[in-house]
Amino acid sequence: MDIKRRNFLKVAGISTLAGLGGTAVVDRLVAGAGVAEAAAGGGHGAQQASAGAVRYGMVIDVKKFYDDPGLGDKAIKACHQFHNVPQFPDKRDEIKWIWMTHFENAFPEAPNHYQDEANQKKQLPILCNHCDNPPCVRACPTKATFRYEDGIIGMDYHRCIGCRFCMAACPYGSRSFNWREPRPFIVDINQDYPARTRGVVEKCNFCVELVQIGKLPACVEAVADSKALVFGNLNDPNSEIRQILKEKYTRLRNPSLGTLPSVFYIV
Amino acid sequence: MFEKALKGNNYYWMWLAFLGFFIAVAAVCYLRQYFFGLGLTGMTRDVSWGIYISQFTFLVGVAAGGVMLVLPYYIHNFKAFGRITILGEFLAIAALLMCMMFIMADLGQPLRGLNVLLYPSPQSMLFWDMCVLWGYLLLNVLCGWVILTAERKQVAPPKWIYFFVYLSIPFAFSIHTVTAMLYCGLPGRHFWLTAIVAPRFLASAFAAGPALIVVIALILKRVAHFDAGKQAIDKMVTIISYAAIANMFFVGLEFFVGFYSDIPGHKHTLEYLFFGLEHHGHVYNNLVPYMWGFVVLFFVGIALINYPRTRRDNDLWLGIGCASIFLAFWLDKGIGFVLGGFVPTPTHEIVEYYPTINEIFITIGVWATGFFILTILYKIAIGVEHEVEA
Repeated sequence: MDIKRRNFLKVAGISTLAGLGGTAVVDRLVAGAGVAEAAAGGGHGAQQASAGAVRYGMVIDVKKFYDDPGLGDKAIKACHQFHNVPQFPDKRDEIKWIWMTHFENAFPEAPNHYQDEANQKKQLPILCNHCDNPPCVRACPTKATFRYEDGIIGMDYHRCIGCRFCMAACPYGSRSFNWREPRPFIVDINQDYPARTRGVVEKCNFCVELVQIGKLPACVEAVADSKALVFGNLNDPNSEIRQILKEKYTRLRNPSLGTLPSVFYIV
Repeated sequence: MFEKALKGNNYYWMWLAFLGFFIAVAAVCYLRQYFFGLGLTGMTRDVSWGIYISQFTFLVGVAAGGVMLVLPYYIHNFKAFGRITILGEFLAIAALLMCMMFIMADLGQPLRGLNVLLYPSPQSMLFWDMCVLWGYLLLNVLCGWVILTAERKQVAPPKWIYFFVYLSIPFAFSIHTVTAMLYCGLPGRHFWLTAIVAPRFLASAFAAGPALIVVIALILKRVAHFDAGKQAIDKMVTIISYAAIANMFFVGLEFFVGFYSDIPGHKHTLEYLFFGLEHHGHVYNNLVPYMWGFVVLFFVGIALINYPRTRRDNDLWLGIGCASIFLAFWLDKGIGFVLGGFVPTPTHEIVEYYPTINEIFITIGVWATGFFILTILYKIAIGVEHEVEA
């Protein structure tokens, strides 16, 4: 084989490889640019929510929780019972998916020294916001936390390595870690949902296992009579949740961070 | 060359036994943690990273600091560093191994660690951190070993190794930059969300790493008849001084931005770290002594290594000065930076973190393992030097 032919083969081989790899890179960049373009469409630098057929969301009517303090307990109990959330005696081990807190804790970007009494004293529920632009999913090094096509942010408890990067990344404090073996602390075990092992992160999953078979999340079902929690498809203009959002003024938690929460609060 | 590590005087073996004791204690503590879970640490859902990750962050800097010897020698042909670049490279190896041990100690499911390779996720900074840390480790092992072997045979190192030596320089910068990006890319953590984290990390790394090498060089002069040379030490002290001052300058800028803008989110963590943060009538200030210790030790160190009489005439003062700088930046980055970032929590509550005894012993044990490895590596390097000289 003469030198010219060898050189030709070398060059051809390398450029084929570069071509194969190169097109993949270019494709990804183009896809990325598409997302960026969509994001720029919101005006005033606002980010645009994803445009799939389904994006699940929730509206929380804070006033109803203020008026009936028992409502929150009902929702929490239903959720924690259904998902085998353990009850630890020591607060340092605490795991919670949905819990009651004060307005100033839920909305720390809105401090007000002259807050009305209800907002000062009473409590409202907070949970995972199922952000459309979730920082936790970005941070996860194993894709153990991920976004379903319907917008729900899920957790793969079997893939999670327990690095807790997602907990540092979540700007809402929605994530909990199994600091110790949780099973002995599950009060009443539900066989329909897996218990977790120690060393993994968990959080509210919008009851994806119920929602995907057409049911409502456990917390929404538990307070269904009051309509304090409304769950539905944000991308369907005719859905109940969109009607409420059209009529009522709602707030998002820490909107300036651009995470685009799917949980809305009627304050 | 390993046989060089198997021959030593009594002090050498006593030192290794001393470290071995702490390694054994840590092994037992780690087994306890492994079988119980991270609940044996002081971490909570609010302060979800503790001293493991903060040590990791600091040690990445120590590893990167070694480049301050490699760069002047290989790029600027600064000959005086010829004898000690190997110290920088071997320090990087030991520091990186400590980093990896701290990561493993911190994982809730250590056996699943390889999931990071099985499901590579380029959108996660942790994935990139793994890439650059492993890359830098392998580069240092390769360069250190090849160059030391060449030295032993008294031949010039092979030409191809220079490619990897030059490659290791941007890698050193990248390890600490990517480690900074673990923090500064997170929304909602105001203290970390600043573009100056990476430069600040690099500045404190380029002070703390060489400071440790100076201390070790001064010790080696006494115990191993290994003289790094006056010119090399002098140059390192200059590097340490400028890097240390740069770090303090960056800290000062953080204060300016926080307190002049007067935006609460930008001030809270600084207040918590340096003055104590009042919340619902209670002042939270468990890290305040450490942060003022950092400031005081910096001034003590910078004075000792710059005042001509303590710098030139007395190895002891010079050593104390460099140790002060090292300790100061350990307090800054190995305690304050990571732990402070979690206060206040995203829901504006304050939870203070106290490491447990078990956690502290694991931490000490990882440091002891690192120094064990470092001792053996340095024993080999100096053994080769002595052999060549003989």
